[in-house]
Amino acid sequence: MPKTMTAMDEFAVKLANTVLNFRWLILLATVLVTFGIASGGQYLSFSNNYRDFFSESNPELQAFEEFQDTYTKNDNFFYTIVPPSGDVFNNETLSLVEEMTQAAWQIPHSLRVDSITNFQHTYAEEDDLIVENLVEDAADLSPAQLEEKRTIALAEPLLRNQLVTADSRAISVNVVVQYPQLAMDELPLTVMEVRALRDQMKEKYPGHEIKITGVSMLNVAFQEAGFGDVTTMIPTMYLILLALMVVMVRSISGTITTLIMIFFASAISMGVAGFGGVALTPISLSAPTIILTLAIADAVHILITMRNAMKAGTEKREAIVEANRVNFLPVMVTSLTTAIGFLALNFSDAPPFWHLGNMSAVGIVAAWLMSITFLPAMISLMPFRVAQKTDQGDNGFYAKLAAFVVRNNKKLFYGLGAAAIAVITAIPQIELNDQWTEYFDQRIEFRRDADFSNEYFGFYPIEFSVLAPGEGGVSDPAYLAKLDEFTKWARAQDNVSHVYSISDIMKRLNRNMHADDADYYRLPDDRDLAAQYLLLYEISLPYGLDLNDRINIDKSASRVTVTMTNISTAETKEFLNNSRAWIAENAPDYMKATVPTSAQVMFSYVAERNVESMITGNIIAILAIGVIMIFALKSTSLGLLSIVPNGLPILVAFGVWALLVGSVGFSVAAVASVSLGIVVDDTVHFLSKYVRGMREKGYDRAGAIRYAFETVGSALVVNTVILVVGFAYLATSNFKVNADMGLLTALAISFALIFDFLFLPAVMLQGKGKATEGDRNDNDEENKNVSTQAAE
Amino acid sequence: MFQLKQQNKRLTAAFVGAAIAVSSFASAGYAQDDAAKQKGYEIAARSDRSDTGFESSEVEAVMILVNKAGQEMTRELSFKTLERENEDVGDKGLTVFSTPRDVQGTALLSHAQILKPDNQWLYLPALKRVKRISSANKSGPFVGSEFAFEDFTSTELKKYDYKYVGEDTLDGMKMDVVERFPLYKNSGYTKQVSYIDQDIYQVRKIDFYDRKGTLLKTLMLNDYREYDGGVWRAHTLQMSNHITSKSTTLKYGDYKFKTGLADRDFVKGVLKRIR
Repeated sequence: MPKTMTAMDEFAVKLANTVLNFRWLILLATVLVTFGIASGGQYLSFSNNYRDFFSESNPELQAFEEFQDTYTKNDNFFYTIVPPSGDVFNNETLSLVEEMTQAAWQIPHSLRVDSITNFQHTYAEEDDLIVENLVEDAADLSPAQLEEKRTIALAEPLLRNQLVTADSRAISVNVVVQYPQLAMDELPLTVMEVRALRDQMKEKYPGHEIKITGVSMLNVAFQEAGFGDVTTMIPTMYLILLALMVVMVRSISGTITTLIMIFFASAISMGVAGFGGVALTPISLSAPTIILTLAIADAVHILITMRNAMKAGTEKREAIVEANRVNFLPVMVTSLTTAIGFLALNFSDAPPFWHLGNMSAVGIVAAWLMSITFLPAMISLMPFRVAQKTDQGDNGFYAKLAAFVVRNNKKLFYGLGAAAIAVITAIPQIELNDQWTEYFDQRIEFRRDADFSNEYFGFYPIEFSVLAPGEGGVSDPAYLAKLDEFTKWARAQDNVSHVYSISDIMKRLNRNMHADDADYYRLPDDRDLAAQYLLLYEISLPYGLDLNDRINIDKSASRVTVTMTNISTAETKEFLNNSRAWIAENAPDYMKATVPTSAQVMFSYVAERNVESMITGNIIAILAIGVIMIFALKSTSLGLLSIVPNGLPILVAFGVWALLVGSVGFSVAAVASVSLGIVVDDTVHFLSKYVRGMREKGYDRAGAIRYAFETVGSALVVNTVILVVGFAYLATSNFKVNADMGLLTALAISFALIFDFLFLPAVMLQGKGKATEGDRNDNDEENKNVSTQAAE
Repeated sequence: MFQLKQQNKRLTAAFVGAAIAVSSFASAGYAQDDAAKQKGYEIAARSDRSDTGFESSEVEAVMILVNKAGQEMTRELSFKTLERENEDVGDKGLTVFSTPRDVQGTALLSHAQILKPDNQWLYLPALKRVKRISSANKSGPFVGSEFAFEDFTSTELKKYDYKYVGEDTLDGMKMDVVERFPLYKNSGYTKQVSYIDQDIYQVRKIDFYDRKGTLLKTLMLNDYREYDGGVWRAHTLQMSNHITSKSTTLKYGDYKFKTGLADRDFVKGVLKRIR
């Protein structure tokens, strides 16, 4: 042990000795506390609603909630059916649809089933108005009747491209559901029935492709993706880390101890989440992987130091105390900064990020506490043998690297600086894209089915509650004319597959009431007549459907649903902006407040909302981390300066992403604070050695840099490898949001190492004062000391 | 037709007995079922019988629709009903809307059928034309309310199979609980559970189960008053939808009975003459 012991060192030594003296007690306490907290896991549940991705204060969510309180909620299942013949107007396919429509009423919580077979077709026959199912007894229809059905269905704006494609290649059955929201298994049980019906129909009508999409399938996909991640990713992650540990720590007992520790840390975080009533999403479920990654870093530092000490001939117990001493401060500081980075996620707009942040922070703190209590206690009880050998390892490499950096500091400073700035300028090219079907990869059935269905039908509804002049105003002829104008405008837009508006219903009823005279396929020009048509329409509505699906209760607004094809967020926004512009320009005053809303609208702005809300979070994280750095380095200027080499790699990672990938979902908002908390760790280690080199050893700047390289160079590399592997592994998640976040963070961590090695020293060497790699006064004794501290 | 009245069905015990006898020649295992059926039928029939013989009625009503968000909408309308003695045909009804103003004078004439689609004629004053509406659909919502068309018209005895399930108490009153199963092919319900008090034999509550057997709606019938001739009528009917959290309250004014209405007042020609 060195002669100079700080108060912190003394505390660490005292703590380590106490832990070792009461090691059985420590182990027992750890197990009890862990199991106690982990018992909260029983309260965990999987989220099964896309809504959970939005905070209560999200303005798009609020608008949509209000909309859904006004009109019928459109939670649904959507069967897309494609016959082998390529034309749905045949007896077999229509029989399938007829049978499926009938059977779908039995699906739990179904409110309404719609298809072309039970479409309430209205037509006039002399003075009679006939209301009947468009297709009945489909098996017995003659070819001429089939053609007639085709003509009617394809001419009907309510059906064309919504329940049957204009080219007759695909047909659909839509099941509207409403859950009582009393039990967690409502959705999965319903989905089971929905899939069973599909299987049953496929068996009975061979050759037909049947795929299921709809909001309920999206919701269950979140569950299934999360579940898939838990069952495949986490076990694999343990195996990967096991391999990493074996290579790096080269000790079976060390590996076992570490695995127990990280398992406990994850269990504690899940337990806390359970007590906190968290509904797990695929995002929050990446917390265990992240905790594993970060927790292992703590353990590796301590174990490597201990091994090195034992190699150098130190006795085991003393080596444990020594490892605790030299790592106490850095492990605490890095754990704190990382936890702060994750806690900053609470500023985000998306609750799953809060959960991820809090669960990770809990896990990180738990791992830290265990690494200074449980880990030494456990390891002291296990056999831990190291071949005694003085091995300077690859310190020669780091010495050369240090020399290279010092020699070329100007080139590196300007070269890397310029390269960084060049790459950073590409950031604005990043396109924010949150196409929710594409959150899921091909392993998830929903994604495959959505890809299939998107070939035929639109999938992204955008809703408008088009305001009328006061109560009963939807019958106002001027209103209806404007509504029709808007409907026509929407139909003419790119990527619009269907528009559902009462103006079409009005026209049809007007024609029906005039003996189906085609000249009367126009809007009624009298308010009373329009109101009476609505009454007629209400009277003719089928079971499960009511006027509130289209018109609000006091008839002061009607709903227009625009269904978009599978388009990017940017294209969606273009449509949204155009529609707002149309309303601003064309709508009368009473209609001006009409706004687009829907899940699609919510997701279109989810990235912006989160980036916006994370700005405060990031600023607070940067300040808090800066304060900790000032403390840790005991230097205000160095602490503040350290933010630069930490901020740059994150920005560079975004820049590289912009150049290589181009688009990113809303996870981008989380990356900055999370990776900042992690990348500062390297800087903490490097600069604390640099400072020690200057203050304790009296080196000049160049010498201090070499000292830092030699002492922590290899530990930083090891650390970075673990972190990059852990975060890059998130890319294998079923859920793209995790994959993006993992890859971006891994990129940032990789760049951070490069910057810490090549740029940070160059920064230190800039400015006044001569930086010479000259008369250094290190000796053999110093070098030995260096090696014991290699893992700091 | 629109007042949930019990149809005049002078079914003798002999008829019931005969029907039971015919249907229960099977094993003893069915005997219990049949006993429950018979008791259910008898209770329903007694309730039905208790308010018949009114010949015709007229009443004004206010319909208050409330959505999930608590917003309300009010409609005023009047009902005229002609009771028909023949148990195999339903009553005749005339519904006239008076508010909102833009539908004033809109009238719906209906000749209820027991197991077939009803005959309906609609008059739109703005169009000055009567249209017969042919629709198999009785399960759709009645003018935006939580009442389905069949909820009004389908109280006729012969529209159901019955099953007595036991006794219960409701608001301190003893109730007979009778399940009834719609016989109409296009009904939106698989089952209704009716609560009939043992004092004046009136239906106090009905639970409606949808096509998949889930409790969909509950109707509470309150504010019963007795009119001349021992005819009982509920004056506040509240239908609550358990799935959509919407509800409709129907408040009736004073009934007028035996108002001299006749078949000629329920033909399509009268529709145009309504103010």
